[in-house]
Amino acid sequence: MLIRHPSDILPSEITPPEVYRERRRFMQGVVALAAGAVLGAAGDAAAGPRLPGVRASAYRLDEERTPYKDVTTYNNFYEFGTGKGDPAQNAGSLRTQSWTVAVEGEVRRPATWDIDTLLKLAPLEERVYRLRCVEGWSMVIPWVGFPLRELIRRAEPTGKAKYVEFVTLHDPAQMPGQRTRLLDWPYVEGLRLDEAMHPLTLLAVGLYGEVLPKQNGAPVRLVVPWKYGFKSAKSIARIRFVEKPPLTAWMKAAPREYGFYSNVNPHVDHPRWSQAKERRIGEFFKRDTLMFNGYGDQVAQLYRGMDLKRFF
Amino acid sequence: MGTVLRNPKVWIFGLCLLPLLRLIALGLDGGLGANPIEFVTRSTGTWTLVGLLATLAVTPLRRLTGRAGLVRYRRMLGLFAFFYASLHVVTYLWLDQFFELAAIAGDIVKRPFISVGFAAFVLLIPLAATSTQAMMRRLGRRWQALHRLVYAIAVLGVIHYVWLVKQDMTQPLIYGALLAVLLAARLPWGVRLLQAVREAGVPLRSPRNGGKRTGPMVLLDDC
Repeated sequence: MLIRHPSDILPSEITPPEVYRERRRFMQGVVALAAGAVLGAAGDAAAGPRLPGVRASAYRLDEERTPYKDVTTYNNFYEFGTGKGDPAQNAGSLRTQSWTVAVEGEVRRPATWDIDTLLKLAPLEERVYRLRCVEGWSMVIPWVGFPLRELIRRAEPTGKAKYVEFVTLHDPAQMPGQRTRLLDWPYVEGLRLDEAMHPLTLLAVGLYGEVLPKQNGAPVRLVVPWKYGFKSAKSIARIRFVEKPPLTAWMKAAPREYGFYSNVNPHVDHPRWSQAKERRIGEFFKRDTLMFNGYGDQVAQLYRGMDLKRFF
Repeated sequence: MGTVLRNPKVWIFGLCLLPLLRLIALGLDGGLGANPIEFVTRSTGTWTLVGLLATLAVTPLRRLTGRAGLVRYRRMLGLFAFFYASLHVVTYLWLDQFFELAAIAGDIVKRPFISVGFAAFVLLIPLAATSTQAMMRRLGRRWQALHRLVYAIAVLGVIHYVWLVKQDMTQPLIYGALLAVLLAARLPWGVRLLQAVREAGVPLRSPRNGGKRTGPMVLLDDC
């Protein structure tokens, strides 16, 4: 028998989502302001809420940081358009609250992390990395996050886990670029397990001490500083441990031009342009591109004995 | 002053300068974005293509409207296309390669999109050089043959664009489609179609000015 309880709440009394989202945003602003007051004023132009409890780390660079404005307005994030300014303009439709990241596949402890728990998984640290885009430009960005290995350890990969696949959120309602057929959505990237476990590989949740702006891959993205930027998947919804190398979005789109490894390498050109030099955003003269983006001391041993012209 | 302003050439000249003035204004204002050199390269390249398409639009437009006089503005459009192409090439040679000849030569040989772009620019030079009235008279029939190179140049320009984009073909394909329409309008059936459209509209405009064609106009026909 079906018993119908009369609803105690009138529909008119239910707070519409846009209103409660606005309230949440207000509260976050208040919290961020309080945190800002405690932590001291931000050095750079602040736009988003600041992340509390971020530690400094040994990963710093003697190179000038790319201004916040450039880092957040010059982006490749095709889910929001192909123009460099499109993501900053269109990413507002992304809903980063109540975000979850599914950790699955060849692991003993699969889990679905909600973003707030994920943020507390390991202490957040600031790491200043170079970012080299496959298109020939580069930046220096102070990321906030923790090593991906912290999450991998908790997932306990099985002996079959040889590769890790990263999948960006797939929701054309939030990501207007996914309504085009530019790439075979969702965006997929991958790393070998040892690359994913490397101490340099970062799961980033912020930059310049702030919560990651949406156009930069909020709420959580990968940062693999010795590989071209497109390897660092943004707005990650799924991390999957697999036996075979994942077929990445760019390998599907242009297999001749993009390989699985995509290590920064000045000696291996893109089929259509040279990779020997790069333009550091904000600089007039071009710089020589460094092998493994300058992280050779740390990562070269991962590729010992490999022909990097073949495994590009 | 009044007569100067009544001359459409002055207006077209001013209009053609706007893209450059915009770049200068943005540059002074810090509005060229995070990668200003890329912005300038893109912009001058785009306006070169627009200039080429505008030049190629003159003849079909003339056939469509029956206004033979339109051809008077074609040289200026063509020279503006060359002007923006020169800015584009200088941006590449100077701000992108810093005149490193070995790197530039390597690029031209190894990168197909640069090869075709460079070829298009080199082919534009003789057209710009022979654009004067005197050269037109001196070359006679050969002038027309030479200036048909503009078809090849425009095709190379579009290929240059198609080959350089990473993934999003929308823009290059729009330029390609416009170019295809403008070239098709020159084929016999295209010409007939334009004329038919014009005939249909003829009653709207009484004394026909088609008969008033003079020597040089006939020479310029069909370019």
